[in-house]
Amino acid sequence: MSEISLMPEEQYHRLQQRDTSEVKELWDLLDEVKDPEIPALSIWDLGILRDIERQGDRIVVTITPTYSGCPAMDTITEDIEAALNAKGYESLEVKMQLSPAWSSEWMSPEGRRKLRNYGVAPPEDADASEDGLTPDAHALCPHCGSRDTRLLSEFGSTACKALFQCQACKETFDYFKKI
Amino acid sequence: MSDTIKDATLEYAIRLGDDANVLGHRISEWVSHGPFLEEDIAYANVALDYIGRARMFYGYASELANDGRTEDDFAYMRDDRQYRNLLLMEMPKEDFAYSQVRQLFIDIYYGLLLPELVKSKDDTLAAIAAKAIKETRYHLRRSRDWVLRLGDGTEESHRRTQRAVDSLWGYTHEMFEMDDTERLLVDSGIGVDITKLRDDWHRQVGSILTEATLNVPEDSWTVRGGRIGYHTENLGHLLTEMQFVHRSYPGCQW
Ligand SMILES: [Zn+2]
Repeated sequence: MSEISLMPEEQYHRLQQRDTSEVKELWDLLDEVKDPEIPALSIWDLGILRDIERQGDRIVVTITPTYSGCPAMDTITEDIEAALNAKGYESLEVKMQLSPAWSSEWMSPEGRRKLRNYGVAPPEDADASEDGLTPDAHALCPHCGSRDTRLLSEFGSTACKALFQCQACKETFDYFKKI
Repeated sequence: MSDTIKDATLEYAIRLGDDANVLGHRISEWVSHGPFLEEDIAYANVALDYIGRARMFYGYASELANDGRTEDDFAYMRDDRQYRNLLLMEMPKEDFAYSQVRQLFIDIYYGLLLPELVKSKDDTLAAIAAKAIKETRYHLRRSRDWVLRLGDGTEESHRRTQRAVDSLWGYTHEMFEMDDTERLLVDSGIGVDITKLRDDWHRQVGSILTEATLNVPEDSWTVRGGRIGYHTENLGHLLTEMQFVHRSYPGCQW
């Protein structure tokens, strides 16, 4: 029997918002803006891109940081401006919105696949511990698919990732934390 | 928003920003000095979370002040007498046990404060708190694990951890004291009544220290003054380091 994976509520609303947007072409255009720390993923994939609106002849893009101190936000803002400028949009504003706080639930299904291919285990590839945080072991290894893995450090190369090691293929890998 | 409430909210945003900024800088001093690479990286991540929080609080303070001061002016252009952080935040990094015990005290404090601040009638403060809560859960798990491991570890690690608890204890009382500014904000539904969190904090800290085979100190001494700008000498040294580049090269961008 094949497994039917359900789309989280949050994910459904994001897709609806994009599909019914008056500026659909701009959502497509901003697919080329990647997270500088995980260049395989676009800001849409990660859920950092919250909204795009046309206000008169001005374009307003709303983004949200993954973590409070995410150092990539300034670069992302510049990249959004550059992508829009290149297509002739001159009058624009990139707004930072804190609420609702970013959640790893917002990551798109393609984003999760791309993340795994990039060598980073997405949040659902580990069962959360009792307190809802990163478990000590058994995150799915993105390299060989083994569950025989253990947590080396809660804080990986960036605040959004934890570091695991696979006992089967011996490789280390990042796990994208649930938040 | 009335002017009195607005001024109080500005002061509150500065206090919360100063707490985050000073602690964030203090934690960042561990970068390249951690006991091993993963701890180095962990500290760098926690420091970044706090510096990010400081930027959000200062950004809001700059909006409220509306007098041309930017978040950088709040961080880099004020002297120690103008800083409003709790003394606990500015205490030096000392050894690893000391920094982890301080972190535990602070993580439990924020674990209680932030869920209350989320209910604030001030939307910006509530939004910053909601963002920070999730991060604090990860911080707390780490500091708790380390205090248990060090307290209930070797004779040496136990001795150092107990020393840290005893030396920091007198700085924890200030966390639960309020002045007229904060009382006004509590009455207006904007600020958190921090005095009500004290018992919970003592209960949680007490249970972790006991599990770590550490003694909970008697309340025999107290130091206070951070909220009115009376700091220990440690803050001056910290600010000298933190503000040096900005003050030497005003307006420098890269
Ligand atoms: Zn593997």
